[in-house]
Amino acid sequence: MIQVSVNNEIKSIAPATRLSDALQDWGYGDSKIAVAINQEFVPRSSYVERALSNNDQIDIVRPVGGG
Amino acid sequence: MSHATSTTPARDFTLYGETFSSRFLLGTALYSSPQLMRDSITQSRCEIVTLGLRRQNPANRDGDAIWRYIQESGCRLLPNTAGCKSVKEAVTLAEMSREIFNTDWIKLEVVGDDYNLQPDPFGLVEASEILIKKGFKVLPYCTDDLILCKRLVDVGCEVLMPWGAPIGTGQGLLNRYSLRSLRERIKDVPMIIDAGLGAPSQAAEAMEMGFDGILLNTAVAKAHNPPLMAEAFADAIDAGRKAFKAGLMQKRQTASPSTPTVGQPFWHQQ
Repeated sequence: MIQVSVNNEIKSIAPATRLSDALQDWGYGDSKIAVAINQEFVPRSSYVERALSNNDQIDIVRPVGGG
Repeated sequence: MSHATSTTPARDFTLYGETFSSRFLLGTALYSSPQLMRDSITQSRCEIVTLGLRRQNPANRDGDAIWRYIQESGCRLLPNTAGCKSVKEAVTLAEMSREIFNTDWIKLEVVGDDYNLQPDPFGLVEASEILIKKGFKVLPYCTDDLILCKRLVDVGCEVLMPWGAPIGTGQGLLNRYSLRSLRERIKDVPMIIDAGLGAPSQAAEAMEMGFDGILLNTAVAKAHNPPLMAEAFADAIDAGRKAFKAGLMQKRQTASPSTPTVGQPFWHQQ
């Protein structure tokens, strides 16, 4: 298993898990979200091919009210 | 000229090639309920709303109603990079916003100081340049510093959004000298006073000074009656714009009677 940080919460996943599968497992499957890994934007079109690595820092954001 | 013509706002507010009739941009945060936010948007007559992106637990669906009402409003979306403290953070969040909201407009915020949330001028210019090269239409939240604003225009910003006062303070126009200088020196770039306003009179004053629009959130969201306050700001912004177009009179040091002095009764040569 490898460890990744998801919105500052440590999670254990199988090595080389695809981002698209991980998002489903974490409950974001049907959500309107955007993702960055290690502060780099990850386009939705690459979720399927993007394999997660040990110690990846993943940010998942959703729309909120803002000023 | 008919009354209808004189009271209908002209569709003459142009930002990045898009025209609007409302010069009021409203924030969507801090309301005590999504319904109050929706009603405030309606009463504000705004055509552009700001919104943000944040981490949320997937089980938390609190933001769904806000997002649904924003979509239903039909307003143009202006996502922000609020809270970003570095160029890297701001650029990444802008890219995330572009994908999720399907717009290349971005209200660029790069915070330089936690105490007053003052924009970082150096980071703002650098991030603007990067984002514009990536195809974004950047609306930078900036200070009233003339040189900063010139640099932002130099790198391609077609709109400037100088602060009236620090975010959420409700202090009004803290530095009138700088704001007047800014307006006089940069005449051909739309400028929106963003943040720090607390009362409709302050918005009207900014519009009378020749600023092109007003962006605010807290003053409406934290009013006892947000929809009514939204309407009050909308009316004040319209009034200020009309006053600017009409041309204010010159101030004078001494009194000057408005009623004719010729024919004054009770006056007799001694």
